[in-house]
Amino acid sequence: MAADKIQDSSRSVGVVTPQVARFAAPLSLRCGAALRDYELVYETYGTLNSDRSNAVLVCHALNASHHVAGHYANDPASTGWWDNMIGPGKPLDTRRFFVIGVNNIGGCHGSTGPLSTNPDTGRIWGGDFPVITVEDWVDAQARLADHLGIQQFAAVMGGSLGAMQALAWSARYPQRLRHSVVIACAPNLSAQNIAFNEVARQAIITDPDFNEGNYRAQNTAPKRGLRVARMVGHITYLSDDEMANKFGRQLKNGKPGYSFEPEFQIESYLRHQGNKFADYFDANTYLRITKALDYFDPAFDYGGDLAKALQPVIAGMLVVSFTTDWRFSPERSREIVHALIKNRAPVTYAEIDAPHGHDAFLLDDARYHRLVAAYFERVHGEIPS
Amino acid sequence: MNGPRGTQRPDFAAIANWIPQGARVLDLGCGDGTLLKYLQQTRRVNGYGVEIDDGNVLECVKNGVHVIQSDLERGLADFDDGSFDFVVLSQTLQAMRNTERIVREMLRVGRAGIVTFPNFGYWKNRLHVLRGHMPISANLPFEWFNTPNIHLCTVDDFEKFCSQRGINIVARTVLTGGRPATVLPNLLGELAVYQFGG
Repeated sequence: MAADKIQDSSRSVGVVTPQVARFAAPLSLRCGAALRDYELVYETYGTLNSDRSNAVLVCHALNASHHVAGHYANDPASTGWWDNMIGPGKPLDTRRFFVIGVNNIGGCHGSTGPLSTNPDTGRIWGGDFPVITVEDWVDAQARLADHLGIQQFAAVMGGSLGAMQALAWSARYPQRLRHSVVIACAPNLSAQNIAFNEVARQAIITDPDFNEGNYRAQNTAPKRGLRVARMVGHITYLSDDEMANKFGRQLKNGKPGYSFEPEFQIESYLRHQGNKFADYFDANTYLRITKALDYFDPAFDYGGDLAKALQPVIAGMLVVSFTTDWRFSPERSREIVHALIKNRAPVTYAEIDAPHGHDAFLLDDARYHRLVAAYFERVHGEIPS
Repeated sequence: MNGPRGTQRPDFAAIANWIPQGARVLDLGCGDGTLLKYLQQTRRVNGYGVEIDDGNVLECVKNGVHVIQSDLERGLADFDDGSFDFVVLSQTLQAMRNTERIVREMLRVGRAGIVTFPNFGYWKNRLHVLRGHMPISANLPFEWFNTPNIHLCTVDDFEKFCSQRGINIVARTVLTGGRPATVLPNLLGELAVYQFGG
């Protein structure tokens, strides 16, 4: 165990410190509202080269943040959410690339969101924070790139909702990235995906402590709702097989207690995940992020024609799916691939045979990591030295 | 699915001969991407490889080839009608379960198809069988019990297959030891390379 830790630390970006970028120009949102000014919290790893051509933006998914890799000085356990992917000698190698993680607008990890103060009222935004979209996030990220003096990313990368941002980047700012790495993605949510999100939202909204999103003013939080929302989410992140392998029908005490206490291991797992989440995540952010997922549909403005929506794409595209992901199944990734092929775009598609379901994109899988490493090798090879 | 592809294969040059500069090429069962890389370098082609094997997909990425991981037996649903100049199936035809379907799909997706396959009628193969054993050679490197090659055929068999289905053979090169075998190709040819159209 100790040896593992030592080995890990040599491949870690080490101690990291978040930074804040402030933007005074208003950000117009897709919903029609605008943020008068805003802040983005971000972290960077590695060194930006002299012609600023080795930057990789890593977009986060539902519950994650700008803290992608490394750990904080006062907390060695605070490992970034994609630390197995990013670091020295890792698939996205920080000895070669300048990697940026950013907390999105509407988030609850420091960037402007429902927990921030509304400059118009002087009070916490709470339930009044506007509904945000993937495109809004991408626009804000583009401003961060301006702020950092990065005209063109070597790559934009993400998994799940993060992949939707990487995809949106390639169509929205085609000149500003050379590659897009789109992992465990879908071109839009299915009715079933939206249904799960709506159950999660209703759990939060109907929590008596929700108070139309203005729970902070009452010093409460709809934790019960958030807990259930997270439990629902976790069901969709795992494959049936993975759940069976991990928990099966195991009972904590080995025999039924004929009660409503958590007895099956899966019940304990979901409650644990729910409790953990409700303690650190903001319900208003959760509502908005699930809405951003629901609304994501680049083809919507093009009569449902995804190829048309992706017509501007000139970046090299790597699309990766996982065989047991039923939340965003390989078939959904294939829709993206099909549209890109139709456009004769440079696309590579890999379907990783992994047992873990949607969560696979976050896990160590040798084939998956080797593939991403090889792709970034290619990305690196194109950077003029 | 394929034979060894690490080194330059004799059928690659024959295929490249038929492919003009800048053509759009789809390479089915592209292995590690060697052929596409070769065509990209020598013919500046655009296109994709299709490959099922994880290891080969990884090698394609390393070779700078755009690869789509997919099972050819599922057809070519990712590709639209007439979207390629050439659809290549090199040393894979004999390993396909549904031979006719993939040939039809090649002609749907491409203006022309190119297939290469080991000629089972090659005299050395016949000799193996005469001696009572399944042939093993550079082009047929597998034992009978572990071969992926379930639909081996001869040059004559393939031509009959095409003529019965109205598939027009545009060009043919039969190779032995990397050189064209012009006399008695069904007997003296080791590796067949065909270009066909609808």
